Amino acid sequence: MATMEKTPHRKAANSIRPPATSIGVIGWMRANLFNGWLNSILTLVVGYLLLLTIPSFVKWAFINSNWFTTSEQCKAGSGACWSVITANIRFILFGFYPHQLQWRPLLAVLILILLLFFSQNRKYWKKSLAYVWLLGLFSMGLLLKGGLGLEVVDSDSWGGLPLTLLLSVFGLTAAYPFGVILALGRQSDMPVIKSFSVVYIELIRGVPLISMLFMSSVVFPLFLPEGVTFNKILRAQIAIILFTAAYIAEVVRGGLQGMNRGQYEAAESLGLNYFQAMRLIILPQALKIVIPPSMGILISAFKDTSLVVIIALYDLLKTTQTTLTDPKWMGFSAEAYLFVALIYFVCCYAMSNYSRRLEKELDTSL
Amino acid sequence: MDTTAPEKIPFLRDPAKLAILYQCLTILGVGLLSYYLIHNTLANLERQSISTGFGFFKKEAAFEIGEKLISYSAADSYSRALLVGFLNTLVVAFIGVVLTILFGTILGIARLSTNWLLAKLSAIYIEVFQDIPILLQLFFWYAFFYEMLPAPRLALNPIPGLFLCNRGLIFGLPQAHSAYFYAFVALGLACLMIFFLRKWAAKRQAATGQIFPIVKVSLALFIGFPLITWWLAGAPTAMNVPKLTGFNFQGGLSISPEFTALLLGLVLYTSAFVAEVVRAGIQSVGKGQKEAAMSIGLKPAHVLNLVILPQALRVIVPPLTSQMLNLTKNSSLAVAIGYPDFVSVAGTTINQTGQAIEGVALIMFVYLAFSLSTSALMNWYNKKIAIVER
Repeated sequence: MATMEKTPHRKAANSIRPPATSIGVIGWMRANLFNGWLNSILTLVVGYLLLLTIPSFVKWAFINSNWFTTSEQCKAGSGACWSVITANIRFILFGFYPHQLQWRPLLAVLILILLLFFSQNRKYWKKSLAYVWLLGLFSMGLLLKGGLGLEVVDSDSWGGLPLTLLLSVFGLTAAYPFGVILALGRQSDMPVIKSFSVVYIELIRGVPLISMLFMSSVVFPLFLPEGVTFNKILRAQIAIILFTAAYIAEVVRGGLQGMNRGQYEAAESLGLNYFQAMRLIILPQALKIVIPPSMGILISAFKDTSLVVIIALYDLLKTTQTTLTDPKWMGFSAEAYLFVALIYFVCCYAMSNYSRRLEKELDTSL
Repeated sequence: MDTTAPEKIPFLRDPAKLAILYQCLTILGVGLLSYYLIHNTLANLERQSISTGFGFFKKEAAFEIGEKLISYSAADSYSRALLVGFLNTLVVAFIGVVLTILFGTILGIARLSTNWLLAKLSAIYIEVFQDIPILLQLFFWYAFFYEMLPAPRLALNPIPGLFLCNRGLIFGLPQAHSAYFYAFVALGLACLMIFFLRKWAAKRQAATGQIFPIVKVSLALFIGFPLITWWLAGAPTAMNVPKLTGFNFQGGLSISPEFTALLLGLVLYTSAFVAEVVRAGIQSVGKGQKEAAMSIGLKPAHVLNLVILPQALRVIVPPLTSQMLNLTKNSSLAVAIGYPDFVSVAGTTINQTGQAIEGVALIMFVYLAFSLSTSALMNWYNKKIAIVER
């Protein structure tokens, strides 16, 4: 009892503050920037390089920059010419979509953002969310395409951000079931089904997406009977789906292999047949494990859609490039590409951040 | 009444028979689909009067290729044009892989540095470059060369002998001399000697326990032997320095903007992924491993060499190879910025001959060969380094 009373008293009287060099800003700098001679040199070198680049970049991008001017004023100035974006923003974002109807793709993109925003909350992860998504995707398609009282817009004039989002979101949604089937096929005991799945997965994963896109644009029309034609966007979409499915299959296989053997045995001993066991026991657990890596695939699918530039679809990157071929705005590639890079970065960063958070939340291990 | 006889299982309840049924159905389905596609294709080809087969290989290509490693002109055959493209892909992939491993490793280590500034900057770099599509980065670097860099007259000269301008990257090289050839041969011999020396040293250590200073001797051989050969062969020091004559540089080695932009884009993009792989590998080795190694009295170099690296590499190498394969596959985007890689040449061939199926099949075959040979190598390596379990 006596010692317990004594301790706080002594501490208050005799406590010595740590030396000024080991606390506060100086202490932090000593611990994190100048611990050891190698780190001190590194800090100085990196600091010097930053001092060289950052002020001139800020000067170029903000202080001397033009935001809402004509291209002549831009060429006269020394700073960045953001006018190339502001003057062409509608073309960059929506491509050749009819000017007075551009509220429709805008609304479609907003619906998608809203859906994504709601889906990230796990509170709403119920069956009804799947129906809401179906409804959302349907209304997005309706808005883009027209019909039901809306003026029909030919898919040749779709472009810009809606096309990029369409290709990646529809691509992943359609590729997922296919990928799951492939993964199950690869895990199957039946030699024929297993070998078909393995060959498909390895074949697709071994070739670059661009060869699939080439195939969709030049070989695919040959596969169809005379008179039947698909439009270019659908063909590219099919190539992206076939490509993404192989990657999803590998991710899902990881989930299936990560499952405890006992789960399979328990399902069998309950007398469930293969399909019941998969639907009720295995897949619900395996698919939950693979949600974070699936986000990784969504991110790379989103980035990979930019490759459709090569088969001349007007996605976000292609509309930007087209703007830059206009003699008026030639020579402002840095500004335009930085703007597109910013869009991609914000989307991908949000997704990867979310997937990291999800990984922590879903982690049931200790 | 015989009740012991096994009850006959109905056909649709017998898993063994069902399995056969499902497989037959799959074969039938795939067979029908491929028959349908092939039938359509043949009908279409006949209608458009396109001949099939690789007969076009021997025809005259009639297009020029800007960059080539072997002699090629428009009068050569398509097969030679495709070979030129294939070699161009190999060059970009090889140099890209070497630079990416170097830069990615440095970046991964910097990410774990105790230096706050360096660690944060590397983290920002990794996040930013991973999240921007590689194609966009390639376009940016391509525009960087053609729009943002000055003409040769005003070329940037960051290091003496190295020039950056809108004609590409130009730098000085030592003047050709037979001494360099001998030095190169000596380097090969040194590698061979090091290989046998290591074997001998390991055997001797196993037999007698004596340790041979293998690292120091290897390093001395690797650097010293070529250097001495070069010195004995006359020690030439003349440099072939690029000089501005008229509107362009003469002399030195000039690398085209397309190649430089492609290489830069691929290396900067893939390095961000490699850095993450390296970081994960280093972090996967428990702290206790290092402490245990130090407590049994190993020197720091041995701790790294015998304890940390073998364990970290086991984690690093498989994802690293898949990143290297990604780099090789991404090099096919060269077609977008006009570097004549295999896909680009094959694309031109498809456009000129109309042999779409053969062309696309060729592209797929080449990349498939890359990835299958790499995964065969990987499997061999994995077996070699796998933890031996009893």
